[in-house]
Amino acid sequence: MKRALVIDDEPLARMVVLEYLQGFKDQIEVLQECNDGFEGLKAIQQYQPDLIFLDVQMPKINGFEMLELVEQAPSVIFTTAFDEYAIKAFETHAIDYLLKPFTKDRFNKAVEKFLSQAPAVQPAKHTEALLEAASQSPAQHERIVVKTGTKVKIIPVNDVEYLEADDDYVSVHTSEGSFLKNKTMGFFEQTLDPSQFVRVHRSYIIKIQNITRIDPYEKDAHIAILKSGAKIPVSKTGYAKLKQVLGI
Amino acid sequence: MANLQSSISKIRIAFVSGGLVWAALLTYVVHSFSFGWYIALTDGVICTSLLGAACWLINNNLRYYQPGKGSYINLFFWCLALTAACTFGARWVLPYIVNSTVYANFLAQSITIRFFTNYLAIGWMALISMIWYSQQDQKENEKRKSEAEKLARDAELYNLRQQLQPHFLFNSLNSINALIGFKPDEARKMIHQLSDFLRGTLKKDDQQLVPLTEELAHLQLYLDIEKVRFGHRLQTEISCDDRCGEAKLPAMLLQPIVENAIKFGLYDTTESVTVSIRAEMDDNYLTLMVQNPYDPKTARPRKGTGFGLSGVQRRLYLLFARTDLVETYADDNIFTTIIKVPQI
Repeated sequence: MKRALVIDDEPLARMVVLEYLQGFKDQIEVLQECNDGFEGLKAIQQYQPDLIFLDVQMPKINGFEMLELVEQAPSVIFTTAFDEYAIKAFETHAIDYLLKPFTKDRFNKAVEKFLSQAPAVQPAKHTEALLEAASQSPAQHERIVVKTGTKVKIIPVNDVEYLEADDDYVSVHTSEGSFLKNKTMGFFEQTLDPSQFVRVHRSYIIKIQNITRIDPYEKDAHIAILKSGAKIPVSKTGYAKLKQVLGI
Repeated sequence: MANLQSSISKIRIAFVSGGLVWAALLTYVVHSFSFGWYIALTDGVICTSLLGAACWLINNNLRYYQPGKGSYINLFFWCLALTAACTFGARWVLPYIVNSTVYANFLAQSITIRFFTNYLAIGWMALISMIWYSQQDQKENEKRKSEAEKLARDAELYNLRQQLQPHFLFNSLNSINALIGFKPDEARKMIHQLSDFLRGTLKKDDQQLVPLTEELAHLQLYLDIEKVRFGHRLQTEISCDDRCGEAKLPAMLLQPIVENAIKFGLYDTTESVTVSIRAEMDDNYLTLMVQNPYDPKTARPRKGTGFGLSGVQRRLYLLFARTDLVETYADDNIFTTIIKVPQI
């Protein structure tokens, strides 16, 4: 028996999935319906389901952002009215995607696909690749969603002061404190707006608006002083990049 | 732009090197009349500098003033005057520097030929500048034209897309799909609401003014559909006093505002949301106020909404030639949009 969650903010949309799932009631058990990403996150952690039906556009955090916060990601079938071209990119990584309104036949195909490959494929790997693909879409980079304890925090990119490498994580520093995000520096370097954020050091990306001063420091190196008073080392190549972006 | 900059600097270099060549040639010619190198060089440098100044003047003149079709003759006189100034300037200045009667005689005798060569050079410069600047103008015009066309195209596309509202449409169809199974009557009702709403959007013309009651009736269809989709999470309050029922406003003006209010209300919070719409008559204005809750901390940067709101602003500007008719306020957790529609 596989265990599943249905995550969608529209009750009628969940109802369709539940109704269609009646045909699989011997193979799939629905543990819970979730109204939004927060509930979804909680339920995933609580139940560790095998499969989730996930809507993309939901209150507060969208489906992709929710997935980013999950540690052991289950297999995902998207159910969305999101336009086809945007979702096509994730096709290869999700088990399947269903464009609303979808037929029962289409739904059955998706579920059968899941059932047939479930034991062989490691869902977490799949979902990682999925998120990688999702992060290529520009709409994702206006904010960073992080988890602090049991709470979810949404940080608009504008509020970020600087990013610092921290082992396998990246520490996102804001005026309200710093938050850990399980991504790499390379990821942020690629996805943040390069006219605003510069990787000035192997372990640091700073928002150039926050720089108040850049002082020389030892030979070849510099140090950037931010509005908050934080002192950030700037490497030789970092300094060159900074000069280029600032046009000096 | 960078392209233009680099071509300008290339032209400067060409101009200066042309001047140098000219000065060298003149020096050589004067020298060949058996004057010493010093005299020849002075003549070459002074005459060429004056000529260069004249060329620069005519070029600058043409940059800011392109002669019309009938006034090419003015350009002719301009060139003539500049030639005279630089030729006789040289004639006047050179004897002060070079103290030689033979040279002074030579200068006086060669004045005609100098005048004509200078005239040719200045005329040539004028011709080239004229062609270059008119070409620049043309390029600029074309760029502006294509930009304006692109803007118009974008707006049209946006309108089309807006009318279709794929997200809204597909989600509504999905809700109907759910209802068909266990509440067929409600499904049927929703189909009717949806088709009435779509028919309403199709027949409306952008320029048309409609009474507020009609606009609100159309809006009600939309809100009813959204309420089926989102269930108890969405509540709406519409208040409109009797006096404004007959007030006129451009068709579908409220629609994008209310759509935004719902979108941001519903996606900014996980709780239930009340969107309120209030209409009042204020002097000669119909004042419409739309309010929705939002979360100032986590509100997504409002990029997406910009077009909706600025589209409304643009329409009001085109109709009433005023830019002060739309206002937005964000205080605490309530986002307010106020639109004033002048009554004619």
